[in-house]
Amino acid sequence: MNETLKNTALFGLVAVLIIGTGFLQSWNSALFILNFGLISAIMALGVNLQWGFAGLFNVGIMGFVALGGLATVLVSMPPTTEAWAAGGVGVIVALLMGAATIVVTALVIKRMPAGWMRTVVILVLLIGGFFIYRALFDPSVARIEAINPASTGYLGGINPGGAAWGWMTLLAWPVGGLLAAGVAWIIGKTALGLRSDYLAIATLGIAEIIIAVLKNEDWLSRGVKNVIGLPRPAPYEVELQADPAFLDRAASLGMDPVTASTIWVKLVYAGLFTVVLVILFVLAQRALHSPWGRMMRAIRDNENASEAMGKDVTARHLQVFILGSAICGIAGAMMTTLDGQLTPGTYQPLRFTFLIWVMVIVGGSGNNLGAVLGGFLIWFLWVQVEPMGLFVMQLITSGMADGAPLKTHLIESAAHMRLLTMGLVLLLVLRFSPRGLIPER
Amino acid sequence: MDLLNAFVTLSNFVLIPAIAYGSQLALGALGVTLIYGILRFSNFAHGDTMAFGTMVTILFTWLFQSWGLSLGPVPTALLALPFGILGCMALLLFTDRVVYKFYREQKAKPVILVIVSLGVMFIMNGLVRFIIGPDDQRFSDGERFIVSVRTFREMTGLEEGLAIKTTQGITVITAVIVVAALFWFLNRTRTGKSMRAYSDNEDLALLSGINPERVVMITWLIVAALATVAGVLYGLDKSFKPFTYFQLLLPIFASAIVGGLGSPLGAIAGGFTIAFSEVMVTYAWKKVAGYALPESLAPDGLAQLLSTDYKFAVSFVILLIVLLFRPTGLFAGKSV
Repeated sequence: MNETLKNTALFGLVAVLIIGTGFLQSWNSALFILNFGLISAIMALGVNLQWGFAGLFNVGIMGFVALGGLATVLVSMPPTTEAWAAGGVGVIVALLMGAATIVVTALVIKRMPAGWMRTVVILVLLIGGFFIYRALFDPSVARIEAINPASTGYLGGINPGGAAWGWMTLLAWPVGGLLAAGVAWIIGKTALGLRSDYLAIATLGIAEIIIAVLKNEDWLSRGVKNVIGLPRPAPYEVELQADPAFLDRAASLGMDPVTASTIWVKLVYAGLFTVVLVILFVLAQRALHSPWGRMMRAIRDNENASEAMGKDVTARHLQVFILGSAICGIAGAMMTTLDGQLTPGTYQPLRFTFLIWVMVIVGGSGNNLGAVLGGFLIWFLWVQVEPMGLFVMQLITSGMADGAPLKTHLIESAAHMRLLTMGLVLLLVLRFSPRGLIPER
Repeated sequence: MDLLNAFVTLSNFVLIPAIAYGSQLALGALGVTLIYGILRFSNFAHGDTMAFGTMVTILFTWLFQSWGLSLGPVPTALLALPFGILGCMALLLFTDRVVYKFYREQKAKPVILVIVSLGVMFIMNGLVRFIIGPDDQRFSDGERFIVSVRTFREMTGLEEGLAIKTTQGITVITAVIVVAALFWFLNRTRTGKSMRAYSDNEDLALLSGINPERVVMITWLIVAALATVAGVLYGLDKSFKPFTYFQLLLPIFASAIVGGLGSPLGAIAGGFTIAFSEVMVTYAWKKVAGYALPESLAPDGLAQLLSTDYKFAVSFVILLIVLLFRPTGLFAGKSV
């Protein structure tokens, strides 16, 4: 079987699965899988850039995805003017002060000769800086959070038009990428160049910290109180249902207005996401087949030889690490847009970091098409394993008496079949087809 | 100024909890470090291994409790612990046979083994949630305190009280026994020496006739015991929740790396370093400072450096500092 045929068949399979969901369950769930599949495919592209091209082991994807979500809030929400007046300047000055402390300390470490003098200066700088920072920061934060805590209590975003300017949310996507890229630069500067395991631990840690910040810094994004009702680029279902032209069209297709409006909104999102995916895919594909991509793979396969050829390994690693993280940030912003809310409590490493890894490995690391395929396929499995598990459990327990403790337990546990299945899929692919479904060429 | 009361408060809120937490981290980090030394990869499934061992222990504890079996003031879980260890050993030997052995024979790169351990982590995590559910489980019974705040106050007549929970006492005693046994095993017995030889230089060890499969098997057995003990102690002290055990991965790895991956002594030092910094940075020092400083200097606020939600950040920052200035850790570990 030639390669094009095989790839077409694999993507055809994904299409059949999704369309099958549409016929068997509902078109709403099919489009739900499609939309999140598109987002997952973009995340997988980002991870593939890091792992497939450059062999960097990043397990902090969740953090970058969450940063994208934060960007959506910061860009698309209207500003809380009272909060800005109360403490906006104070918080920004405090943050600048904190950043300045770190920069000055870094300069001292670089410029001053090593010795006890330097240690003392560094300690004084860090401790003094920290206390000044807290002294500036805490009162402003308290003032911001005091303003109408039930609905705002945070600085808000930069969208002057509010819900009417839903298109601003589209701007959040690239901003999410930039934000993720900035954080990736900081991590890369410190952790790249160390051993591969250390990068893994460092990224794992930074992801947890980003989530902790999102959960606790109420002035920034309301923490666990969540920001809901984000303005969105797609029309609202309620407006569609009130629009006579839309109702006519729905009636002519023989659909009831509620279903028609939800499906139409999801289709709009699917269109937007597809555009982003296609752009990123083409870019990634061009990068892979450019001299830059060949150099990356050379570095991945033999760092020493590439270094001997005059390639700056650490700088290239930093570059690709930032690019990959930025793509994850974009995907994260898109996901928050689709959800219409930022809920820091829902970010879980198993779902947002390790699941993406399964996608890349199963799809085929080093191959962009493979990553996209893995994104769709694994996302489909992730969604559908639960009902399938439930079905299997009901089949197994059908002989048992209703209300038997074992039966209730088994049926309740069906939800956890997901993790088991994902682990199993990952191990089976690694063992029997380590290059993935669409191997690198 | 009242230094005695200051010290009692400090012990009650910082020293004792940090010692207990540090012992738990040290036991966890010992497992990670042993796997790294012998099998040469970072085992991401370690947190879930701990969760599995603890789960088996909890199930046996419930069984014993239903039989009316108990150890009096000491938690029943200690009686169930050996069974938990056996269950965990069985699981780890099974995973090694089915999963890891293949890659060992292929001489796969360490990073591939790390990804494989991700898969194992998924499965173990799913297994634990499947069997016991994702919720909090408390399984501690028996006497709650060795010394309670009230008895301490009555005994000493001090204003501040000091409480030592039974679980904290058990944690420290068990940790000391386990660590002593481990070091005796590694330094005195023939098998332990062969393990260290294998860790130091694989080829040389093979040449001197050490059976690698046996070394690997014994490593897994020891790791199972360490992980279960660490998990059960943590669960007794706080509570058991599968997701928390997964999150323990970060401080445990930080401990192992700070101490120097591959060095057992370093794992212990690292565990205590991380535990003490976590507790000290997130503790509100107002009360202690109020006693220790002259009245004019006493702080107005809570004097808390960071909110407790940022404890991950603490272990992480220490990890970064150590990595930047001493990349092999406090006790020179190995670097693959």
